[in-house]
Amino acid sequence: MNKPITRVFLVTMLMFAVLVGATSWWTVVDANSLRTDHGGQNERALLRGLKVRRGVIRAADNSVIARSVKNNEGIYSRRYPQGDLFGHPIGYSYTSLGQTGVERYYQEDLAGKVSDVDSLLGGLTGKDQGGDNLQTTLVPAAQRQAEQLIAAASPVAGGAAVALDPQTGAVRIMASVPGFDPNAIRQPGALARLNKDNQRKPLVNRALQFGYAPGSTMKVVTLTAALDSGKYRLDTPVDGRNNAKISGVPLRNDFDEDFPAIDLTTALAKSVNTVFAQVAEKLGKQTMRKYMERFGFDKKPQLDYPKDAMSAAGVYGDRGQLLKPTSDKVDIGRLGIGQDQLQVPALQMAQVAAAVANRGRLMKPHIGARLVDRDGRTTKTIDPALQAKVMSEQTAAEVTQAMVAVVQRGTGTQAQIPGVQVAGKTGTAETATGTGTKNKLWFIAFAPAADPKIAIAVTVNDVVGFGGDVVAPIAKQLIQTLLNEKKP
Amino acid sequence: MSARTRELFALVPAALLLSAGFAAIFLSRGDLLGGLNGTNDVSAVSLTYGGIFLGVCVAAHLVLRVALPDADPYLFPLVALLASFGLVEIYRIDAELARQQATWFVIGVVAMAGTIVVLRDHGKLERYRYTIALAGIGLLVLPRLFSPTNGAYLAIKVGSISIQPAEFAKIAIVVFLASYLRDTRQVLVLGATRVLGVTIPPLKHFGPLLLVWGTAMLLLFFIRDIGSSVMFFGAFLAMVYIATDRLSFVVIGLLLFFGGAYLVAGHIGHISDRIEAWHRPFLESNFRPSNGVGGSYQLAQGLFAQGDGGIFGKGFGGAVLELPKGQCGATAQLCTLLPAPHTDFIYAVIVNELGLIGAAGLLCVYLLVVQRGFKIAMLARDSFSKLLAAGLTTVFALQVFVIVGGVTKVIPLTGVTLPFVSYGGSSVLANFVLLALLLLVSNRARREA
Repeated sequence: MNKPITRVFLVTMLMFAVLVGATSWWTVVDANSLRTDHGGQNERALLRGLKVRRGVIRAADNSVIARSVKNNEGIYSRRYPQGDLFGHPIGYSYTSLGQTGVERYYQEDLAGKVSDVDSLLGGLTGKDQGGDNLQTTLVPAAQRQAEQLIAAASPVAGGAAVALDPQTGAVRIMASVPGFDPNAIRQPGALARLNKDNQRKPLVNRALQFGYAPGSTMKVVTLTAALDSGKYRLDTPVDGRNNAKISGVPLRNDFDEDFPAIDLTTALAKSVNTVFAQVAEKLGKQTMRKYMERFGFDKKPQLDYPKDAMSAAGVYGDRGQLLKPTSDKVDIGRLGIGQDQLQVPALQMAQVAAAVANRGRLMKPHIGARLVDRDGRTTKTIDPALQAKVMSEQTAAEVTQAMVAVVQRGTGTQAQIPGVQVAGKTGTAETATGTGTKNKLWFIAFAPAADPKIAIAVTVNDVVGFGGDVVAPIAKQLIQTLLNEKKP
Repeated sequence: MSARTRELFALVPAALLLSAGFAAIFLSRGDLLGGLNGTNDVSAVSLTYGGIFLGVCVAAHLVLRVALPDADPYLFPLVALLASFGLVEIYRIDAELARQQATWFVIGVVAMAGTIVVLRDHGKLERYRYTIALAGIGLLVLPRLFSPTNGAYLAIKVGSISIQPAEFAKIAIVVFLASYLRDTRQVLVLGATRVLGVTIPPLKHFGPLLLVWGTAMLLLFFIRDIGSSVMFFGAFLAMVYIATDRLSFVVIGLLLFFGGAYLVAGHIGHISDRIEAWHRPFLESNFRPSNGVGGSYQLAQGLFAQGDGGIFGKGFGGAVLELPKGQCGATAQLCTLLPAPHTDFIYAVIVNELGLIGAAGLLCVYLLVVQRGFKIAMLARDSFSKLLAAGLTTVFALQVFVIVGGVTKVIPLTGVTLPFVSYGGSSVLANFVLLALLLLVSNRARREA
């Protein structure tokens, strides 16, 4: 009987081997998938995070944007001392709701990736583990001013402003009105209420999502393509007569003005629609597409922000799909003057200004400046990085010259700052046709023109008037604030 | 060195492991500061627990030294090792449960000593085989009189104590089968006819075997417990195979079992639910079933816990078992992240905290116990002893396989305890009686050898 006993033992050993194999499968082979692929089911990481001090987020002036406070049960929760000021760019972080915005993008750094060795040592020494602190590039004073000015101009439909340091890509302002207070989000039902507010849409970050037609600010892109491709010079005479046929349909100039033969500088300064529509048609879809893509259109921004919370700037079709500028459905002439179903968030137009400002070199935008551990050591610096070389230095200088003309003697005179040369471009996109129409107003600018420190895009929605009247003064004040701001 | 002296020395590492385990838990709870401030709770309390544990084990060892001087020297220390492992892990989950489990451990050791002293010779069991068989079946059916837990009839409640009779029934049925097969093993083979090279046992003796099969099906049907029926039937097939050395019996038995199980499973919602939950545990409709009954929540959480553990585990206290206060519902049940961490899912907690390494170590200890069990069966001289030792060992091994296999999604999950490690009085008690029988067989076998 011993032989069958041996065989039964062998079978038993095999069965135990299967158990070790199955345990290995779950602990090693499939472990990563178990940890990451079952959101809503496996909440261990989230629960562990409750007991870890999340890093502090600070503004450029070192004021606290977000911090974690511990309750008497040792559980941390998030507080935002500046209220609704940074709701859109920074977002929120709550166990029950997850993370948004910068809180989500820097989740691993803020929450602290705890290695096994660290947790062992931490357990032995009783040291409070925590994530790194995040220093951002946002300037609270300018951010506050931007939100107040936009809210004053358009309280319901709101608007957005993005200011960049053109030389580094640092985001100095990211304002979106209406905003929300991330402290209020954690109240039960608050998020649902904000989500349901379809009139104001306070949770939409207008700087990054659901853009609007950029109107005439798009002419900067068309001008860049015209000059950099070598097909036009600034002094090339162009025909700017009213009601020129673009894609077979007559196009109007503002106030139906006729400009029989003008140069491109004047055309930009006076924002002549027919000129730039014809230029765009002459350049063709391929060339327009090439330059738009260099500026960052058709792709999601390379910002340190969750990808799914940003939309790509570009032409959107009837069913909401992103069309390439080379598509048959695109009216390239109207695209060249910022119409034709272009949807462009404010960040993209700020990048257009920034690319021109930085001599044609577009820098990657970033909100984070550096990560600092609890002992004050910098663990990671977000260095300036080139996103694209959009145009030659020569072209950039010429476009700058034309944009300076806009502010000096064109549609953007209200952006003039005594002692500082401002380069800018106005934009007015009609929301709907009719008398007394409410428009989407734009202004993009950079200053000082000779050595730009600030590039900015401001937009407000559903306001009667022109970009040069309503938005240029806002941009001017924000530029002044940012130029006067002391470097920390 | 005599067998008993080796046993005595082997008990020391188990006690040390218990001390080290408690020390690790105190450390992870941050009690170290108290220690540094001069109270020295960590070392003092840990060593006290280790000392008490060693004391109980040494007392049991002394009984064995007198009553069974020749019994296998490794079995008891291995079981002590398992028990210390369990006590530490249960303490980490709930200190009060660990206190109860420690009490059950002492009662179990006493029951083991009592069984040995009262029985003296396991041969006596043969005389009462039908009584024992009836008692076994009675124990199995008994819970049917009580209300089911999670759709299965597993426990009976006496006062505040919940008893799981299946734990005791498994021993009774193995004893009966060993005795029955000793008598019939010859005729099962000799009286058989061979059809196409397959041995078919004579109908007269086939009857009782069919009866066992029927019992297993009944178990499935009446108490709705897949785990127990797999354990019983598996042990039965192993014993038939050992008794007759005919693989065809095993094949026929397996066919019958799976055929019957297929039919039965289709008619009992509870079992088909279990199988669906096993098949797709991460499906949201299984994970959180709309009717709130059953589902795969527990299995999936167990798998998440194991994935969380990884190779080296999170350390004692590292597994997240509960949702923090204020983050869960009003009742304590809603606050549980991993249900039944101290009983059915203790293996998942062990993997979570000690990792693949710790779990593999635990399985190795079980395999060593199983190896000692089969070794005893091989050394034993008479058929009854051989069958009894092999049967008890198989049922023990299958119990480990059923629960660990269930928790690791090898087989559909059914709630049985992890012997000596899971919390549970019936389990500890029954397994100590099982150990006592193995030691009795071993003592006689090695004395004669």
